[in-house]
Amino acid sequence: MNPDSMSARNKGQGIHPLRLLAKALIVFVVLDLGFGLVNTSGLGRISAYNLLFPGRERFPFGQEAAESYNLSLYNLDAMFASHVLSAGGNPTGEFRVLLLGDSSVWGTLLQPQETLAGQLNAEGLVVCGKGARFYNLGYPTASLMKDLMILDQAMSYRPDLVVWLTTLDAFPRSAQLASPIVANNPARVRDLIARYHLSLDPHDPALVESTFWDRTIWGQRRDLADLARLQVYGLMWAATGVDQAYPGTFTPAQRDFPADASYHGSSGPTLEESQLAFDVLAAGQRVAGQVPLLLVNEPILISSGRNSTIRYNLSYPRWAYDQYRAMLGQFARQAGWPYLDLWNAISPSQFTNTEFHLTPAGETLLAEKVAQAIRSPSCP
Amino acid sequence: MTLLQILVGGALAVACGLFLHDRPRPYLLLVASVLAVFWFQPALPLREVDFWLPVATVMLSMTAWTLTATPESRRERENWVAAAIVLILILLLGLTRYLNVDPFLTASRPPQTVSIVGVLAAFALAFALLNRSPGRLNRGLWLVAAFLIAVFIILKAPALGTAASLLLRLWTGQSTTHAAASDLQWLGFSYIAFRMIHTLRDRQSGRLPDVNLAEYLTYIIFFPSLTAGPIDRIERFVQDLRHPMPLSQDGWLVAGKRLVAGLFKKFVLADTLALIALNATNALQVRTAGWAWLLLYAYAFEIYLDFSGYTDIAIGLGRMLGINLPENFNAPYLKPNLIQFWNSWHMTLTQWFRAYFFNPLTRALRSGRRPLPAVATIFVSQLSTMLLIGLWHGISGNFVIWGLWHGVGLFVNNRWSEWTRRPASAWAKSPPRRNLLSAIGVLVTFHYVTLGWVFFALPTPELSLAFLRKLVGMP
Repeated sequence: MNPDSMSARNKGQGIHPLRLLAKALIVFVVLDLGFGLVNTSGLGRISAYNLLFPGRERFPFGQEAAESYNLSLYNLDAMFASHVLSAGGNPTGEFRVLLLGDSSVWGTLLQPQETLAGQLNAEGLVVCGKGARFYNLGYPTASLMKDLMILDQAMSYRPDLVVWLTTLDAFPRSAQLASPIVANNPARVRDLIARYHLSLDPHDPALVESTFWDRTIWGQRRDLADLARLQVYGLMWAATGVDQAYPGTFTPAQRDFPADASYHGSSGPTLEESQLAFDVLAAGQRVAGQVPLLLVNEPILISSGRNSTIRYNLSYPRWAYDQYRAMLGQFARQAGWPYLDLWNAISPSQFTNTEFHLTPAGETLLAEKVAQAIRSPSCP
Repeated sequence: MTLLQILVGGALAVACGLFLHDRPRPYLLLVASVLAVFWFQPALPLREVDFWLPVATVMLSMTAWTLTATPESRRERENWVAAAIVLILILLLGLTRYLNVDPFLTASRPPQTVSIVGVLAAFALAFALLNRSPGRLNRGLWLVAAFLIAVFIILKAPALGTAASLLLRLWTGQSTTHAAASDLQWLGFSYIAFRMIHTLRDRQSGRLPDVNLAEYLTYIIFFPSLTAGPIDRIERFVQDLRHPMPLSQDGWLVAGKRLVAGLFKKFVLADTLALIALNATNALQVRTAGWAWLLLYAYAFEIYLDFSGYTDIAIGLGRMLGINLPENFNAPYLKPNLIQFWNSWHMTLTQWFRAYFFNPLTRALRSGRRPLPAVATIFVSQLSTMLLIGLWHGISGNFVIWGLWHGVGLFVNNRWSEWTRRPASAWAKSPPRRNLLSAIGVLVTFHYVTLGWVFFALPTPELSLAFLRKLVGMP
């Protein structure tokens, strides 16, 4: 007689395996359905970051989790909870600056200390008698709505200044809800649309609607696993300081282009203002309230290659970008926003794999220009 | 094995345990195991090789049976039936290429039917001729053993593996640019080879029991233990196969618990630890000694939970099928010395090496014209056994170092125990002192083993040394 089965015989007397299996199944089904019924949206706020591990310098984002110890998820609460911004209240003596933007602010191919926020922090700026601390709230998709959603949540962290870096690609109405982080947060998006009367369709098919079954444990298994993995990767973030996979080489941004002047399906000559989401940008100021907001038109690669008379770079034909710059400048003037147009501030040699991503040296130059603009704001 | 494969195996085991009785069970296990050899085989970039490798597994096993069986048993009708079942099964698997669906039992689309038929016919002819030969086929035993070892060396030596891939690519007319040793992932070959060598050697020494072809094949490729062991002994396995333990209510519970424990250990604990365990990338990235130790501890527990989890799954599935597979782990990290650790870690592998290498080598060294002194014999036997176990994991500098690390450790352990036995027993008379001594032993042994994992986890000695420097806080 096998000793295991003997001990099990003593312990498990009267337990029928099929009955046990059925009971376990019932318990799981009850838990699964119960999970779908209760509001579990706050689950993302439970985080090992800023508790067991230091908060991340930028939002979680990444495709190659095993190399970058990072992953993309759509839970904004979890993203904030893992960020160093959530480490505690705004300490006295800190001039808190939030940097909003896309992948160029997040820092593709850059280590945390090489990003705009990292370089500004290294400068040790003192603003209004306080040490300035810059927080990287960039996220690698181009959409003003995405920035607005992040800003809306970030305001609870009581910033002293918001610096919003943007570019033309974040403006088209078609781009607003296309970003996965936006599409997967329909409740937040609808709330913003309703609060600020934005010209966006709250029932846009791009918004991912979740059914009851999607909210069960089974339906959310992927999201829950991502949430757990994000916590585990906190250890690797603490151990290595790595939050991005850095390829040994990369393909440089294109300098030569086909003779194509189209932008988002239009060949000009007029860029329709109605097709750009200036209302979302304007809502940003209302979200920021009394907190000053510095608007920055971020640097782009200005190519001198083939057909560069037609296009500045792969993304932007000259006619569209020139009109956008003019509109943005006019918008800032009319709204009374502090505005920095840095579109041509960085030389082409300082761009890496796209027309938006800068080298560390390029980021240093950009940081100097942003720093100059925020050294002397109107202090309370 | 993937989770799906385990679940299907579990369902099959439950069906087999609940509904099938003694007679059809061995044939069902044979069919399931042959299918599993094909299903578990990962897809390979080499054209059709992921079909031919499982075919080779089955044919090698059938050949090994022919060589180990007695002339009388070779001619028994049941063996011809078993051979026919297996070959027809392979042919049917080959015919799935005509189904208008993605391959589901083979890694990729099976080769042309004509080539499958050709190979099967040629093998069937050779098999029939061998089985009809009147005498024992002793010379063939050495041949097959040598062949297994040669294939093993090719699969484990990256340079040879790459060369073999290159040749296969030339033969199949594929580009040789991406030839790599990983092109030849032969599923479960190590374990299959161990089992076959065990039967070949036991036949030579006259210890092998008489088993029929279906039993032999099922033993070699038994699907729960195909990919990660344990390495059972054929006489024990066949006894269970012939007289499966009837599964009582409690037996089901024990088997189910073992299966669930294995799944939890492998797919929850080990896979989570894998995210933070030491590897070639993070070894250089880690910033401080404290974190470096944490990564190393994570690796130590990941490898244990992964391996012992698979063993639990195999044992659980085996029990459902009426086969009591042997234990492979016995709380190895709680052992107070390295000798006990190796008696509790991958036990069936160490038992195999003890039976077929360590003991014969020790006997050879201690006998003969100029026998070695006892201490030298221990040193040579332990070092060479551990070196061989290291090389079994892969023919590389780091596995050699890992083997030597443990060989030296075992020798030092042996000598230390010899020297300190008296003073230690004189000092540790009270239970608290004995416990203290044991705790210190556990701590030292665990850390010795864990430091050894550095060479196991990392690919080169240079990287391993760089990481060891980090562990002690050196830049």
